[in-house]
Amino acid sequence: MNERVQLLLSTADDELIVGWRDSEWTGIAPTLEEDVAFSSIAQNEIGHARALYELAAAELGTNADALAFDRSPHEYRCAPLVELHLLEWAHTIARRYLYEEADRLRIDALMRSADTELAGLAAKIDREETYHRLHAELWADRLRDEPRFRAAVEELWPYALGLLEPELRPELARRIGLRVDSTQAIERGEHTPALAELWHEMTEVRRSEPGAEW
Amino acid sequence: MPVFEVFRQERKGQPFAHAGSIEAPDAAFADAWAREQYGRRGESEALWLVPRGSIHAVTDWADEFDLKYRRVDGYSIKSRLKEARERAGSAAAVDS
Repeated sequence: MNERVQLLLSTADDELIVGWRDSEWTGIAPTLEEDVAFSSIAQNEIGHARALYELAAAELGTNADALAFDRSPHEYRCAPLVELHLLEWAHTIARRYLYEEADRLRIDALMRSADTELAGLAAKIDREETYHRLHAELWADRLRDEPRFRAAVEELWPYALGLLEPELRPELARRIGLRVDSTQAIERGEHTPALAELWHEMTEVRRSEPGAEW
Repeated sequence: MPVFEVFRQERKGQPFAHAGSIEAPDAAFADAWAREQYGRRGESEALWLVPRGSIHAVTDWADEFDLKYRRVDGYSIKSRLKEARERAGSAAAVDS
């Protein structure tokens, strides 16, 4: 697997799994308006995953569905941050905020890539992410002085660092107001037990009829 | 929680029409939520979010003297139009 495919799959897996986790709030968010907005954002993330999988699939001679659902859990390249099962609003918003801030830096780098296909897709994704950031920052600003939210951001900080390549981490730390040097990042590569559980549910229907055309 | 009335413009140049409402603590949240609810399918060119309290509603009307002629449905011109058409038709028939 070449470096380009690895990068596409890491990014796509992050988007798919964070979208999947956020969609767990559908029907149970704190207000109806937030429920609709949060679910819509979760769906956008899954849409970004699909577009990224399609680029990877073209190189691997497969399709987006197979990449999203037919791999085994250890083959996923997502960062542990997106795997965590966080059905608690302060933690969910902390992850959304950290994820969007990190994703912004990653997309910026992709938009400057010499690979025009990838740079073009990154620019397209960025136009949607602008509104995800608006939503995340609004909540983060609102909860900034809440001890529960501060604690959640600090707790998830080592996971957030693991989303990015080391050269992008100092900029993330500057934006969030936390430190890189004194933090042991929780790196991409190892998975938390939450992923296997999520994978089981996510792929259950597809696995029920292997090889079926849906 | 405050309610914002949402007005939606479908295409540039078209009038804004009332589309629904959003319950939000302030304009910033109303903005974030309305985008997802009224704009994510490309159905809107623009939205106006108006705090419900800013709307001055007018609902009562005085028409004590029954001045029907000022209303659009004040009197029917249907039968007169029909007569006029028939006259014009017979005149045209005479001409040819």
